[in-house]
Amino acid sequence: MVAVRPLGIDSEASSDPLQIKLYELPAAAQMSVYGPVVKIHPVVLASIGDSYERRNEGASRVIGTLLGTIDKHSVEVTNCFSVPHNESEDEVAVDMEFAKNMYDLHKRVSPSEVIVGWYATGFEITEHSVLIHEYYSREATNPIHLTMDTALQSGKMNIRAYVSAQMGVPGKTVGVMFTPLSVKYKYYDTERIGVDLLQRTRDAPNTTNGLTSDLCQVGGAAGRVQDMLATVLTYIEDVLSGKQMADNSVGRYLMDLVNKVPKITAEDFETMLNSNINDLLMVTYLSNLTQAQIALNEKIVVL
Amino acid sequence: MATRKETPSTPTAPMASTSPGATLDSPVKQIQIEGLVVLKMIKHYQEEGQGSEVVQGVLLGLVVEDRLEITNCFPFPQHTEDDADFDEVQYQMEMMRSLRHVNIDHLHVGWYQSTYYGSFVSRALLDSQFSYQHAIEESVVLIYDPIKTAQGSLSLKAYRLTPKLMEICKEKDFSAEGLKKALIGFEHMFEEVPIVIENSHLINVLMWELEEKCTVADKHELLNLSSSNHLEKSLQLLMDRVDDMSQDIVKYNTYSRNLSKQQQQKHQYIQRRQQENAQRQTRGETPLPEEDVSKMFKPPQPPPRMDTLLIAGQINNYCQNVKEFTSQNLGKLFMAEALQGHNS
Repeated sequence: MVAVRPLGIDSEASSDPLQIKLYELPAAAQMSVYGPVVKIHPVVLASIGDSYERRNEGASRVIGTLLGTIDKHSVEVTNCFSVPHNESEDEVAVDMEFAKNMYDLHKRVSPSEVIVGWYATGFEITEHSVLIHEYYSREATNPIHLTMDTALQSGKMNIRAYVSAQMGVPGKTVGVMFTPLSVKYKYYDTERIGVDLLQRTRDAPNTTNGLTSDLCQVGGAAGRVQDMLATVLTYIEDVLSGKQMADNSVGRYLMDLVNKVPKITAEDFETMLNSNINDLLMVTYLSNLTQAQIALNEKIVVL
Repeated sequence: MATRKETPSTPTAPMASTSPGATLDSPVKQIQIEGLVVLKMIKHYQEEGQGSEVVQGVLLGLVVEDRLEITNCFPFPQHTEDDADFDEVQYQMEMMRSLRHVNIDHLHVGWYQSTYYGSFVSRALLDSQFSYQHAIEESVVLIYDPIKTAQGSLSLKAYRLTPKLMEICKEKDFSAEGLKKALIGFEHMFEEVPIVIENSHLINVLMWELEEKCTVADKHELLNLSSSNHLEKSLQLLMDRVDDMSQDIVKYNTYSRNLSKQQQQKHQYIQRRQQENAQRQTRGETPLPEEDVSKMFKPPQPPPRMDTLLIAGQINNYCQNVKEFTSQNLGKLFMAEALQGHNS
């Protein structure tokens, strides 16, 4: 998954001047995987963003509790709620009563969710975070700390998760270190469809979007497939005309794609298609009939 | 204002689905929903409402001019039997109080419910929506159809009761005359309000990030060709409703027959009375007292028309859904034909 492009010193270069290449890892490579994998649902991120937007005057960041389920090797975060807190230079106060209350209320709806950690917006982990993390370690074993940079300090949202680990010399000064974990995103099927719809709002200029209906949706989906096919076609043309190197794995995928269209004899396909269309037409006719019937019934009764 | 869990097998209200954009003389012309609400509803159903159970929750937001903005929501726990003393109102109050602390809009603007294949038009829904709309004029009920959503595109509809229906519910006059007076057909019970999805800019940034981090492969369920399963279930539900409807019609017919028979009997009785009186007069005896005919022949109770209206509306809704589905499938089939024709 981590594609490393080798840029090393090319000692075999013949007449070309020495090209200095460096090994470089793409920025997306996640480091250490000590600890569980964190799977986040999109609803959690949207919630965090929303509570950041609604924060009190003067507060630079918001914190809240993460709820979810714990697995052997992963933690799935499915819900969250924000907790009011006050933060100043030297002290931090978290409304624990509120947190407990909210957790109880949430538990009534989904009894299987437990506290798995907490989140904070912002880029860095401050000393206050350590205190808050301590509080949360009382509520949950090995809590996850999630940060999301809503102020976009580095131009990105930087969603990261951490677990705390003890460090230092035992017996002497002991400190706490936050080790990063790998973050994955998990969607239910219906969630993915919802997110798809939301993705479309980001293209509209005034960020609103209506819900389409019936055939428009099929048309839209067909349009998307067409776009994808167009991309594939341009790639193939490039390869054929020599502009791009042919990649064997891509070629194999394309073979699979073309073979996916099943080879059915024309008559068989005709019969299948016709019977299907007949079914659908019959059902349409029936429902129209029913609708006419109830409308009539309505009118007769009113007489 | 809270609703109880309702069995989806007793929907009995006619569904009105005026085309969005048609004459809506209600205070709310459009609903604006935040992406967060959509995600929360989806998640709630996914986790807590497998099978044919309905999940419900409360919508929070505010009213801006003629738009209803829904900015947040929270789910309602299932009403289980071993939770008899569970105080829904208290849960709601606590939740709203807590949300107010974190600056979330705590104004109640409606409620949402999931539905099974479109069967949500029922007495319970009507009552709940009436009590909501009575208290808060702009409230709506959002119906989320998870099965249709799983087929490829989000199915979310917002409904309100028409003013006519509100009048009727207020007077609790569900008899035939009452409904006839108000000229309510099953199309005029509910009105659909168009929905628009809106996201703040921060959420848009989040969407871009998600897209980049994790390009979810488009599984193309929307282009799925299989239809028989869905059609079968829908038709099954439709048949059940039509059965209910025919029973209702039979009841109404017997009622009208009884009524006419009774009228006949009344006439006969009056005639006999008059004849007797005439005879007595000729014989010189005092005429028999005119008895109160109406007390003797009590007219039969007319069957309640409300249920019929509800059933008719539900049938209408089913038919609409089925037609939508079939039209989509026809399109897909023709596409498949084109693809196959190209191949051979």
